Amino acid sequence: MSGFRWLHDYLAALEGEHVVLREEADPHTLPPAHRLMVDGEDWGSAAKVSAAFGHRHAGVWGEHIGDWIIVRACLAFEGDYLVLETPVSPQRPVLPSHSPYYSGIDRLERHLQDMLGVAFLDHPDSRRWTRHQAWPEGSYPLRHESPASGTPPKRTPADSDYPFVEVLGSGVYQIPVGPVHAGIIEPGHFRFHAVGEDVLRLEQRLGYVHKGIEKIAEGRDPEGLARLAGRISGDTTVAHTWAACMAMERAYDVSVPPLALAIRAILAERERIANHLGDIGAICNDVGFAFAHMQCARLREQWQRGNQSVFGHRLLMDRIVPGGVFRTLTYQCAELLKTQNQDLSKELDSLLPILEDQPSLQDRLANTGVLAAEDARRLGVTGYVGKASGMDYDVRRDHAYAPYDRLTVESPCLSAGDVAARVQVRASEIRHSLGLLNCLMENLPKGPVQAEWTQPAKAIEGIGVVEGWRGEIVTYVRLGEDGRVQRFFARDPSWFSWPALEQLIHGNIVADFPVCNKSVNASYSGHDL
Amino acid sequence: MLRILNKIRRIGIVTETPPRDREIEALGKTVRRHIDRRFRGSLAIRQVDAGSCNGCELEIHALNNPYYDIERFGVHFVASPRHADALLVTGPVSRHMETALRRTWRATPAPKIVIAAGSCACDGGEFGVSYASCGAVENVIPVDVKIPGCPPAPADLLKGILSALRASTSTQGK
Repeated sequence: MSGFRWLHDYLAALEGEHVVLREEADPHTLPPAHRLMVDGEDWGSAAKVSAAFGHRHAGVWGEHIGDWIIVRACLAFEGDYLVLETPVSPQRPVLPSHSPYYSGIDRLERHLQDMLGVAFLDHPDSRRWTRHQAWPEGSYPLRHESPASGTPPKRTPADSDYPFVEVLGSGVYQIPVGPVHAGIIEPGHFRFHAVGEDVLRLEQRLGYVHKGIEKIAEGRDPEGLARLAGRISGDTTVAHTWAACMAMERAYDVSVPPLALAIRAILAERERIANHLGDIGAICNDVGFAFAHMQCARLREQWQRGNQSVFGHRLLMDRIVPGGVFRTLTYQCAELLKTQNQDLSKELDSLLPILEDQPSLQDRLANTGVLAAEDARRLGVTGYVGKASGMDYDVRRDHAYAPYDRLTVESPCLSAGDVAARVQVRASEIRHSLGLLNCLMENLPKGPVQAEWTQPAKAIEGIGVVEGWRGEIVTYVRLGEDGRVQRFFARDPSWFSWPALEQLIHGNIVADFPVCNKSVNASYSGHDL
Repeated sequence: MLRILNKIRRIGIVTETPPRDREIEALGKTVRRHIDRRFRGSLAIRQVDAGSCNGCELEIHALNNPYYDIERFGVHFVASPRHADALLVTGPVSRHMETALRRTWRATPAPKIVIAAGSCACDGGEFGVSYASCGAVENVIPVDVKIPGCPPAPADLLKGILSALRASTSTQGK
């Protein structure tokens, strides 16, 4: 962490752009992020300055508090996080858009538009995004006046008149896919425009699994929020729960015991390994290499069984709780985990070289689905999708949170940006995670696994940033005086990897969409909320 | 190539017989008989995620891994509801998926056994009914069998599928 060495120059640049910083916000109330409050009319200029500085946009969300809608944007630079804030009047909810400077933020702004009714000026695309037909235009679920139960129609019709962008030209045809897909996959709609076999354009239509997570989080106690966060995306249950708990713990200044932090990291690395194993196999399967699919599925199953016997849950749901973890690690369990690490290492020593040296496999994966470094940077993609395209960022290393601040986190970074590179990044992340697990197991601290949960009776807020297996997760929580959640927003890395998929499929053949898609494996549920 | 063959030879077949508990053994035998008689040896399932967090999908995937290898019981997953004997539905039904789920159900030929898999599909789970969620699957389409669990483990899914078969066969016999 650089400790905001750049902040002074940034503030000077804001002044140069005549951005007025409002005094009422204390910049240190959202640690470790730095908070700045700007006027609505300067919202776009602030983003312009950030873009010129090379900040990465890490998300935008809003909240209806009292008579105002507060919009917040999170920007990341050199391992520091900056939160910009501006009040918007619900009567005239208009803001300049950040999308002209950050194209990756497009859908989050449209989500905010659908959920809170904030209209963005200069936004390149003002079509609805999260809203289909469950609530009418002009009604906003996250406003005070909208109850969580809503007033849904007796039967919600399909969103059949969504205006897709059309590609015209001789020989151009459309392929509509979804929302119910052919495999055992989450639902969403893909609209391909193709000529012959080549994809000219892919347009995604998501929001099918929108479950109102942000709204139903309201009024929950910390335990209830942790449970909900663990179900934002079932494959990322550990990382999302951790991020939500971290935000609440920072808000209440609860310090989590060292042993609990170590167990959290063990859970998170095990989740990373399980998902990478499954996906590497599935990617190989999508190009017809069933051998790898079966071998990886076998290893994943063994790994999940280890989760069951040591932690009592195959996907590790609800193992992280506010203030710590659900239970301690017994000596026998620790030994079992160590054995599993050794076994998996040995297995990978024989399996991974087979994949790497298989010309017929590499021939299919190399140069397929290339995400240019420029696109990755423009969209602000993190995780393995970013790392395979030159985005050298890992929260565990660059914005190290406990217990990673005491560990050496290695993070691979490649430049090819193709499916092969994403597989390579995932394979080396598995290796590094195994190394971290060994290190954690060797130096397990002693002591309790639950901090005492003290809840001062005041409204408070916190931010949690965690490296999930897909990349950076940013979570914001605000709690009321009664200790109940008033606002919860979890930004899954998929918000940025979905648009990356639209980019990297260009020029590929339709039949390679599954392997490209699997190599990105963005979350539908984590995105739709 | 030799390395691949060698690896395959050394690993051998890891597919397990279902957990050796009497209930499953007995159920398995009966069900195999029912599948043979009623579905000519194969039951086709169309899985529909109607709003799940993807946890249930991971465990349904696991049914196809070499440890469970559900196809050996004559159960396989198909790409179209028109090919399916049964729907395996997960998630609370999001309102945005409501029509898609109804259409999928309508496209499925009889007997269209519907199995609701996972706590959310059974009773709405952590999400319940809201402006965005219809809650349990039975609020949208008729459900024959429910498999609770968050998510149900592969063995539970297997048991649920088997008991759905038994229930449906006995209904038909009446």
